[in-house]
Amino acid sequence: MSQRQVLQVFEQYQKARTQFVQTVADLATRPQNIETLQNAGVMSLLRPLLLDAVPTVQQTAALALGRLANYNDDLADAIVKADILPQLVYSLAEQNRFYKKAAAFVLRAVAKHSAELAQAVVDCGALDALVVSVEEFDPGVKEAAAWALGYIARHNAQLAQAVVDAGAVPLLVLCIQEPEIALKRIAASTLSDIAKHSPELAQTVVDTGAIAHLAQMTLNPDAKLKRQVFSALGQISKHSVDLAEMVVEAEIFPAVLSSLKDPDEYVKKNVTTMMREITKHTPELSQMIVNAGGVAAVIDYLGDSRGNVRLPGIMMLGYIAAHSENLAMAVIVSKGVPQLAICMAEESEDHIKAATAWAFGQIGQHTPEHARAVAAANVLPKLLNLYLDTQSSEDLQVKAKKALKNILQKCTYLPALEPLLYEAPSNILKHVICQFSKVLPHDSKARRLFVTSGGLKKVQEIKAEPGSALQEHINAINNCYPEEIVRYYSPGYSEVLLERVDNYQPS
Amino acid sequence: MAALLQLYTQINVIKEEYYTRNRIAEENRQREHDAAVKIQSWFRGCQVRAYLSHIHRQATVIQKTCRGFAARQHFRERLKTAYFLMKIHFYNKMAVKIQQRWRGYFVRTYVHNFYARKRYLDELAKKNGQIRRELEELAEQQRKERERTAMEKEEKEKYTQAQRLHFLLSTKQCPGVFNSPFRQEPDEMELRLRRVKPVRTQSAPKEPWHLNQQPLSLQYNKDKLPPIHKTPQGPFRPAVEVQQQRYRPLEPSLRVATSITALEEAREELRRQEWRTRLIDQPFVPFSKAQRNRRYESLLHTASPYQQEEYGKKHFREEDQDQLKGKQPFKTVFTSCQVFEKYGRLYSNAGKIV
Repeated sequence: MSQRQVLQVFEQYQKARTQFVQTVADLATRPQNIETLQNAGVMSLLRPLLLDAVPTVQQTAALALGRLANYNDDLADAIVKADILPQLVYSLAEQNRFYKKAAAFVLRAVAKHSAELAQAVVDCGALDALVVSVEEFDPGVKEAAAWALGYIARHNAQLAQAVVDAGAVPLLVLCIQEPEIALKRIAASTLSDIAKHSPELAQTVVDTGAIAHLAQMTLNPDAKLKRQVFSALGQISKHSVDLAEMVVEAEIFPAVLSSLKDPDEYVKKNVTTMMREITKHTPELSQMIVNAGGVAAVIDYLGDSRGNVRLPGIMMLGYIAAHSENLAMAVIVSKGVPQLAICMAEESEDHIKAATAWAFGQIGQHTPEHARAVAAANVLPKLLNLYLDTQSSEDLQVKAKKALKNILQKCTYLPALEPLLYEAPSNILKHVICQFSKVLPHDSKARRLFVTSGGLKKVQEIKAEPGSALQEHINAINNCYPEEIVRYYSPGYSEVLLERVDNYQPS
Repeated sequence: MAALLQLYTQINVIKEEYYTRNRIAEENRQREHDAAVKIQSWFRGCQVRAYLSHIHRQATVIQKTCRGFAARQHFRERLKTAYFLMKIHFYNKMAVKIQQRWRGYFVRTYVHNFYARKRYLDELAKKNGQIRRELEELAEQQRKERERTAMEKEEKEKYTQAQRLHFLLSTKQCPGVFNSPFRQEPDEMELRLRRVKPVRTQSAPKEPWHLNQQPLSLQYNKDKLPPIHKTPQGPFRPAVEVQQQRYRPLEPSLRVATSITALEEAREELRRQEWRTRLIDQPFVPFSKAQRNRRYESLLHTASPYQQEEYGKKHFREEDQDQLKGKQPFKTVFTSCQVFEKYGRLYSNAGKIV
């Protein structure tokens, strides 16, 4: 047998292996195949191939494993149980860039599913290898490694701390400065995932000077990059006043407001989220954003968008209005109330309605002027309906009630209060009557109007327990009118009159 | 004595006279007495009255002096009080003025300033309007830009399509498929076909010479080259190799291939690229060494375009720019290193020795 024939056997074997892994990798892209592959014991077959002599086979095997792990957490768990990770980590340090990419992909796919799996990835020492890969020259490898780090860090604070302890943050900040858009995107996303857990982690990210680079990219034309950048800035600024101030100091306002007109919905949402995180801290930061025209831009944004992406905008208006009456007035002056009313009418989901109701409560709670602005937008009956609607969630009911109470306690705009007299349950009615009892003694026109519109009659029909606050308020209203009128509108007065007719003896 | 005698003679008369007179006196006594009383009473009355009036006058003098004194005293008291009250009123008025100024100032500064708030809200509304307008404009501009890109792309696609289908162009004799004679006017594609240039028919790309594939001309006479010498000398290289060496493509040295102004061009291009790709006009100033590049920070409410001039750094002294510009900088031209350029390009082994 010649040498050639001997070699041919090896060649065939190699070809067969290559074909096998490639086919498996191809099959793993389709979700419907995965069950079959798993039942066929693909895991145990792929594992030895990771240690194959031929680099192509290794890479493709890693790719196939990654795709399998990406599919669900059972498979990822199986990979962890099969002790494949240490192999990958070991070879991540010394193989070529293609293999590194594939290995990082597997790690990412495993870490994606849950904190336990991510912890398993960390436990086999993947972090150091990944951090070394982030330092690699090839942008593809960097990207894959940064992505894996991000998926590890996103689960909880300990994992993020582990990533930080491995020294990933400065390298990620360097990655942001690379020219490749994809790499920037992933690095920004990873920073965002790290910074979101705790103030300390966010501070670590800030200490490496990430904000300056992130701020530079806020005007990048690439929409997906902008999403991640704004998400990272938002996650950084959400923790404390200092961090929020650092973000603001990067002079991103008012330039970022232009991103609110971006065609991409998530860019808009993330910008608004960032502004929400900044405004929620202090009145000064809110004031800064209001002065930059942020409120008007956000209100326009609320008008442009539909559905869930409105939520951060609505909450931002609520946070701003909650700080001081001046800021609440700024929201009103920026025509925020009609826009919020539209949001409340258009949106069907309870949590958005709840947020809108909360925002209304924050806007209207300061002074009668604010309450009047809210009431004039015909919001009170809607809030009442939400409160009374049995299909509303509990949270929505609580928020609507609280908002209603806050607004009613300040509202002196009687035309808006009148409809509530007829519809409100007693715990709301209490506040309505209280407002009437405060206003009527001092306003003769209102007294007259109250009688002619039938309000007084309605008040006489209310059955209040003697001695309760409601009864006191009713008495205060009755004291504003002559006794005859009160009696005239009391229920049963006609019977009394008829009785008098019966008893009357003509002389 | 005569006189006495005379008297004696007359005694009777005298007696008579005496009695008469006495009677008359007796008769008039009561009247005279009354008269005397009357005269006396009148006189005495006058006297007393004069005295009384004198007393009264004196009393008046005393009284008027006394009363004047008291009244003056009283008046002075009244005046003092009045003056005091006037002063008090004045002071009160002034105090009210001071208090109202201070309270107004204090409240406006620290508690609530209605007009400032009103002005602020007006300004805010104006600013909001401006921001809305700007954002609208920006969105409109972006939309137009997107539309334009999409349209350009579509146009380009159509153009390539037309280039590919150029053979369907109608001729004088025979209308093409896009120029149906049953229609009023030719299809849009037909018009487009008329405008575009047809794709140049490209021959398949020439493959580079490999060792196993020889140039056409060589294949005929690869065995026999024209003899150079009468008697062939020495061991020869294969003809293919010689041919390759002869026809090898021009490989200019780096020095020849690059322009002499390559550096300047590269710099210019770099600058242009930087200018093009620059995202933020104001360069980002790092946080470290903040005191060195600190700028004037305007307050939130009092944003103003005016800033401090950098006196002494930029505007203090004139610079004679022409004088500085005068000299032409050196142009360094490096001679190429022959040895390295030819390395590995020649078939003789001698050339490979560096």
